This record gives sequence, structure tokens and C-alpha cells, in this order.
Amino acid sequence: MVDAATLRPDLAVIARQVPSGVRVLDVGCGDGALMAALQQSRNVDARGIEIDPELVERCVARGLSVVQGDADRDLAFYPDGAFDIAILSQTLQTAARPDRMLAELLRVGRRAFVSFPNFAYWRMRWALMRRGRMPVTRHLPVTWYETQNIHHVTVKDFEELTAQLGIAIESRWFFTADREVAARGANWRAEYALFEVRRR
Amino acid sequence: MTAADPSQSYTLPDPLPLDGGQVLAGATIAYQTYGELAADKGNAILVCHALTGDQYLASAHPVTGKPGWWERMVGPGKPIDTDRYHVICANVIGSCMGSTGPASTAPDGKPWGMRFPVITVRDMVRGLVALLDGLGIARLHAVVGGSMGGMQALSLAANFPERAARVLAIATTARHSAQNIAFHEVGRQAIMADPNWRDGNYYAHGSAPDAGLAVARMAAHITYLSEAGLTEKFGRRLQDRSAKSFGFDADFQVESYLRYQGSGFTRRFDANSYLYITRAMDYLDIAEEHGGKLADAFAGHAMGKGARFCLVSFDTDWLYPTAESRHVVHALNAAGAPVSFVELSSPFGHDSFLLDVPALDRVVKGFLDG
Repeated sequence: MVDAATLRPDLAVIARQVPSGVRVLDVGCGDGALMAALQQSRNVDARGIEIDPELVERCVARGLSVVQGDADRDLAFYPDGAFDIAILSQTLQTAARPDRMLAELLRVGRRAFVSFPNFAYWRMRWALMRRGRMPVTRHLPVTWYETQNIHHVTVKDFEELTAQLGIAIESRWFFTADREVAARGANWRAEYALFEVRRR
Repeated sequence: MTAADPSQSYTLPDPLPLDGGQVLAGATIAYQTYGELAADKGNAILVCHALTGDQYLASAHPVTGKPGWWERMVGPGKPIDTDRYHVICANVIGSCMGSTGPASTAPDGKPWGMRFPVITVRDMVRGLVALLDGLGIARLHAVVGGSMGGMQALSLAANFPERAARVLAIATTARHSAQNIAFHEVGRQAIMADPNWRDGNYYAHGSAPDAGLAVARMAAHITYLSEAGLTEKFGRRLQDRSAKSFGFDADFQVESYLRYQGSGFTRRFDANSYLYITRAMDYLDIAEEHGGKLADAFAGHAMGKGARFCLVSFDTDWLYPTAESRHVVHALNAAGAPVSFVELSSPFGHDSFLLDVPALDRVVKGFLDG
């Protein structure tokens, strides 16, 4: 079974931040690693949404409550405030409308953790500047024409969007090469970012 | 159509109230069990059968001699593991394999025939719950069913939320659609158009409406398969001949197959039961029973109370398509019930739940053991 120590760094941070006994919705939960860790170590009531049927099957086979569905469409079916915490890890950039997805997250959850690859990371800028082509990296590994990441976003973009939507940023964490890095210059230096947000 | 075999059966001590307003007194429910019941009676799984199924879940059918209808799923070491669980499968009220139905004897000593009260899926479930009461099982580890069995599982969850800890509903729906009702009506009309049907009073005669029942089964059987599956299995290949006969023999393999399915069915099923059970399915609308909102039907499962749910659909099932399962999932979400849902890929159409779909085995095992 997965424990927090083996989770991807952003998920490990989330796992540490989630208090015990709360209700959590993991949107785009993948194979359920975070949900399993939360349920096991924190007695959390975790539910998931995942679009890939094979990943859903793995979640169900490990005893997790995961619904196969498209977060763009299916979040609407969850009642207001059904969860204490909503989680959107590395999925925002795949949303049809990331602004609406954020609003929906904070409708069904009182607070949310959102992580995404930072398109302003210096290696991205360098690749784009030097080669003039859409970068293909470890965190955005698929070419432009077949990627699910249809809305690339930067740390600055995200902060501006939250301000526009009236969403408060409670905390932020930045990572490069699976290590946490300082917030200073994060828009350049962070490969990906994690925000904890709340309705204002 | 044969009499009940000497399997387990239970005669309900109390009259069974029915949705139609009547009561059924002295009803008998025939059932089979597999695996040992734990001392605390906490390991019981109720498996509900589909329209033409019966209690012979994992043991040879007494009429056909064929293996049980879900032998691939239920048994020692199988996804529903009888080394671990006590599995109960009962013949529903209205059917014809030992449970009270239209072929049974009414209080006046004659067969019920069409005097048998019209029943609903919820009535079937009331019968199953009465059986559980008789067996002393207060709370099931799980209730499991595919197709009409899934309807019973959902109905049990909606009407008796405390009776099961897990609800697994496969290839099913919470309401019969107009298309579903339409197909059933074709089958019923085929039976009632058979001169041997005699308004349902054929039991004393030497002949039953087998031709009508066979046609009903043939029409229904098509809805259980997928176009791709039929094409792969039969295509336009001819049966036992090299050229078309330019007549109405079963030239094509698919015709021969359907005729075989139809005639085999009449040997093990009662035509009147087919009328009553299809009617019960047509009346199914779990939302309507609960004020029109499906989420309200599952209010007893909000936040940590009640059961965990798992719904499974198949991408080639056009009888109870994925949208029907999603509809239930959204209602369960709205009710705050813990629910899993997955649409599995399979070429076999609605019948996928009975056939070799390894992903289904993993989901069933994971959900029941988790």
C-alpha cells in the first residue's frame, strides 16, 4: 500500500495538509495513490473522479470510491459544499475552461488544492526561445498536437485568475525536479506549483 | 417448464404486500446457497438474477443440465469467493423455478394463471428481504446483480437502506425507458398472440404458447447482444448449406442461432412468468417511487450511513446504456453516498456481465473485498 513518503511531491504535500476525518474529492485521481494514502493514514472519506477507465478500474479494485467521468462535465452533479477539500492535481491545464473548473472546485469543496505544471519555467522558456517549438518535458511530455494539456498556465497567470475570481490563496508550494523550491522567482524557477485556495 | 426441484425453499410466514395493492399470502421463495455462513452472519452476499435467470447461480441447472448462470464469477477462489462469503441466490416472486408465480397453485387449487397479481421489482425485493428475515440475516455484506438483478439491488438499496453494506449494480438502470418497454411489449404480444396461450389458462392443456414465448425470447436475445458481436459471430454466413434456399428456412446462421435460443428457452421458462416479470421491469422507476427525484430514493445512504455503491456499465450495451448508470451515479453523488462507477469495454453488448470480461472480475472482487 502507498504511504505518503512514496507519493509525488505535490501529492505528499497535500497528504500532509489534509486533516483527519474530512471529506475529500480528488478530481483526476489517477490510480488513486493519494486517495489510498489519505484513507489509510487519515481516516479521510475520499471520493474520486477519473476519466481513464483503466485507472478507474484499478481504483475500484483497491476499494476506492471513484467515478469514471469527465470533470469538465460531471462536477456539476455534486452538491454545493459536499466536500471539505477538493483536489485538482496536474489537471487544471486539461480543463475545457480552467476558470469554471476552479469555480466548480470551490463550489463543491470549501477549500481546494490545485497543482499544475508552470509553463513559465525557465527550461520551457529556453526551449521555446531556442528552438521555436512547443517544449516537450518531463512534466509536459506530449507533443502539442496530441496533448491533453490544452490550457498552459504559469504561476503568474494562476495568481491573476484567482484574484479575478475572488479566490483567496492560502498557501503555495513550488517544485523543481521533485524538490521543493523557494517562492522567490517561482514563475521562472518552479517546474510545477501547488496552491491551496479558498472562497473569499 | 417443469416443477420445482427439491432445492431449498422458504414459505413466507406473513402475507406479502404488493405495490399493486393486493397481498400474496403463503408465497414460497426457492433459493440456493453457496459457501458457509459465518457465525455472526456478516458474510452473506445476495445475488439477484436477471429476467430469465434463476437461483442456479453456481450449480447445474436441474432442467437444462447446464452450469449455473454465473459460475464464472461465483465459486471457491472466484471474484465472489465462496470460500469467504455465503452466497444466496433466490428465484424471484412471479418466476417459475420454485418460487410462487402464475404457474403455481392458487388457493382454489387451480393454477394462478393471469389471476396472479401484477408485481413490481420492489415486490420481488420485498420477497427477498422476507427471505433474509427468515434466514436471520439482518445486514448483507453485499447485494449484487446484473440487468434485472441490478434493478433489484438498487431497489433494495432505495427501500431497505440498512439491509446491505455494499450495492453492486451491473449493466442496469433505475427506470425502464420507452425503448425498453417497447421491446418487452413485442415479446408479450408474441406470447398472447399464440393460440395456445388461451388467456393464460394453458396449464391444464397439453400445449403451452411455446411458439410465442420462443419469438419473445428471440426478440429479447437480440437486445442482449451487440451489432459488432453478432457480425463477428455470424456475419451473413449460411447455415448447413452453400446457397440460399429462396424460402423461409433458417438460411442464415444467425436465424438458426435465434431459433435454437428460442426453443431452448421454452423448455425451462413459463410464458406467463415472462409476461409478469417483463411487466415488473417496465413498471420500474425508482425515482417515481420516491417523489420523483432519484437522489431522494438514496437519502438513506448519505455520508457514511448506509451502503457503498459500485455501478458498472459496458460500452456496447444498448439495452441499458452507460447513460442510465451515470444517471444513478449522479443521483448517488447528489445524495452524498459513496459510489464508484466504471464503463468497461467489451464486445458482447448487454450480455457482457455474464461473459468473459476480466476487468469485470477485478472490479467485482475489488469492490466486494475492499
